[in-house]
Amino acid sequence: MLLLLLLDRNTTKGNLSFRRSFQQLQDRLEPVVVGVIYICGWSAILFVIAIFVFVFKESLPAITGIGTEIAAGEIEVEQLDLVEFTTSPRWIPESSKKPAFGILALIVGTLSVTFFSILLAVPLGLGAAVYVSEFAGNKTREILKILIELLAAIPSVVWGFIGIVIMNPLITNLSGEAVGLNILNAGIVLALMSVPIIVSVSEDALRAVPDSFREAGLAMGANRWEMIYKVLFPAAKNGLLAAVLLGIGRGIGETMAVLMCTGHSVNMPTSLFDPVRTLTATIAAELGEAVRGDLHYHTLFLIGVVLFAFAFIINLTADLVVKGVRDQSNV
Amino acid sequence: MSKPDANNPFAITANEIRGRKVERFIRFITLGMTWALILPVLFILGFLLIKAWPALSVGFIFDNPEKNMTAGGIWGPLIGTFMLIIVSLLIAAPIGILAGVYLNEFARDNWFTRFINLAVVNLAGVPSIVHGLFGLGAFVYFFQMQRSLLAASCTVAVMTLPVIITSTKEALASVPQPFRVACWNMGASKWQTIRTIVLPNSISGILTGVILQVARAAGETAPILFTGAMISSRIADSGWASMVPYGLEDRFMALSYHLYIISTQWQNVPESFKFGTAIVMIGLVIAVNSISIGFRIYLRSRKKW
Repeated sequence: MLLLLLLDRNTTKGNLSFRRSFQQLQDRLEPVVVGVIYICGWSAILFVIAIFVFVFKESLPAITGIGTEIAAGEIEVEQLDLVEFTTSPRWIPESSKKPAFGILALIVGTLSVTFFSILLAVPLGLGAAVYVSEFAGNKTREILKILIELLAAIPSVVWGFIGIVIMNPLITNLSGEAVGLNILNAGIVLALMSVPIIVSVSEDALRAVPDSFREAGLAMGANRWEMIYKVLFPAAKNGLLAAVLLGIGRGIGETMAVLMCTGHSVNMPTSLFDPVRTLTATIAAELGEAVRGDLHYHTLFLIGVVLFAFAFIINLTADLVVKGVRDQSNV
Repeated sequence: MSKPDANNPFAITANEIRGRKVERFIRFITLGMTWALILPVLFILGFLLIKAWPALSVGFIFDNPEKNMTAGGIWGPLIGTFMLIIVSLLIAAPIGILAGVYLNEFARDNWFTRFINLAVVNLAGVPSIVHGLFGLGAFVYFFQMQRSLLAASCTVAVMTLPVIITSTKEALASVPQPFRVACWNMGASKWQTIRTIVLPNSISGILTGVILQVARAAGETAPILFTGAMISSRIADSGWASMVPYGLEDRFMALSYHLYIISTQWQNVPESFKFGTAIVMIGLVIAVNSISIGFRIYLRSRKKW
């Protein structure tokens, strides 16, 4: 398509009859082009459905059972116990005697890391958003926004690397623990990763509040802080909530950083210094070794379905919450 | 709390003084929070750069990894990342831009359009490892691409599609409606209007989105883990074969995967190599992002309406 555009540019310098015939060709192709545009427009729906279908399809044998012929006429059926899957904290997929596929510990690991990171990221992100949108001058605002965008640009594998080479020695030195790869480490790294999205979404929400609200608040004799706290926050609360939700979504879906920073041991955590393992990290670490077609392989895809469902619910909620803002502001 | 001065109704009351103190305090606190986010990162970047310094040289970038990655450089992974970016861009950019055109120019304001927008949001929110699973199930096995550059590029393309769609949509929406109306009044059809008026006027905004896609594609690891990245492959040291070492159906090395491997799975890799690889990645991504930021500033300065 860009090529067509370029050609169009160049032909303006070329001879006229060629240019005209080229234009005619393009006009005749219009229905085709419009058709292609429609298909591309609908592609997002197609891809979301395709992601669910393909991941679910690969996970299905774990639920329905996998038959393996151990001897002539003798078929052993392996099947995932869904009750065990959701309620057992034991995850021992490669045990030759009795493998166990419980993801409870993994879910708790994911949630504890995400919760701790949100605990750090939300106050800091909100504070930064308030400063950038309410206190900073135009120049400062631009510079701070660019710096925060750069924060978002650092790849997750580099964040994982930072967790290993910087946070790890820092934590072992300060706390005296033997290994510094734990909830604390991953939570701090994840907080720094999810802060940019929290700042940018909540800054948008604050800036979307009309200036007349601010002026009315200040005219009533409120100081800046009272105005922010009592006028802006209530007016922008849906946008702020969406920011928090998107931060949570980021935390649950993050893979490489938590794979490298959490210590990677299946564990029901009791303190911040316990190593854990997350859903995403389990898939990333084990899918390479799982044999295609066995129970372990299909179960990892089932974890993918669980993650997809988590992300879907969070994004849907965030979208509905933001839509609430739009409806309000239309009134 | 003192009463207002009877002689001067405009005198500052104690309440107002307290209010200003609170205001200054909050301003200071939020500024501190902002810097609490930025300073550690600047410190981290400085630390990485110092640690990486011994390894950084022209040879580090242009040599291939040698002797079990304990010597040489990062040329193989670097060029693999470049090829991944280019192929995924070739797939994602046309689809994403046209989808943005559809959403802004053709879609009516109804439930179906809302549904598409919701799908875009959800596509952006799908965890990267689930994209990896999708790539493995769909491209590697179902479409039988095997683990290859093509399969990995398709996976990354699907993942970065929402970035392109959203920014294209925004860029098109910033072209004022009278431009289009004027064009239609000249007798131009919808596609003619888009091709000659809307796209040329929003091309910088669209490119910004495409560049952001590039940055994201360069850094991702999880989607390529199972769809084509490999730990090490022999590639030529010079000539054409070293410039384009991987075919579409070959497995490839990538910078992000390389960093993951040498920092967690591999023994005896000199420390400066790990830091060097991390710094090159950060440098690459920051450079790409700076281009996009530059584009945005240029775009704003040039806007005539």
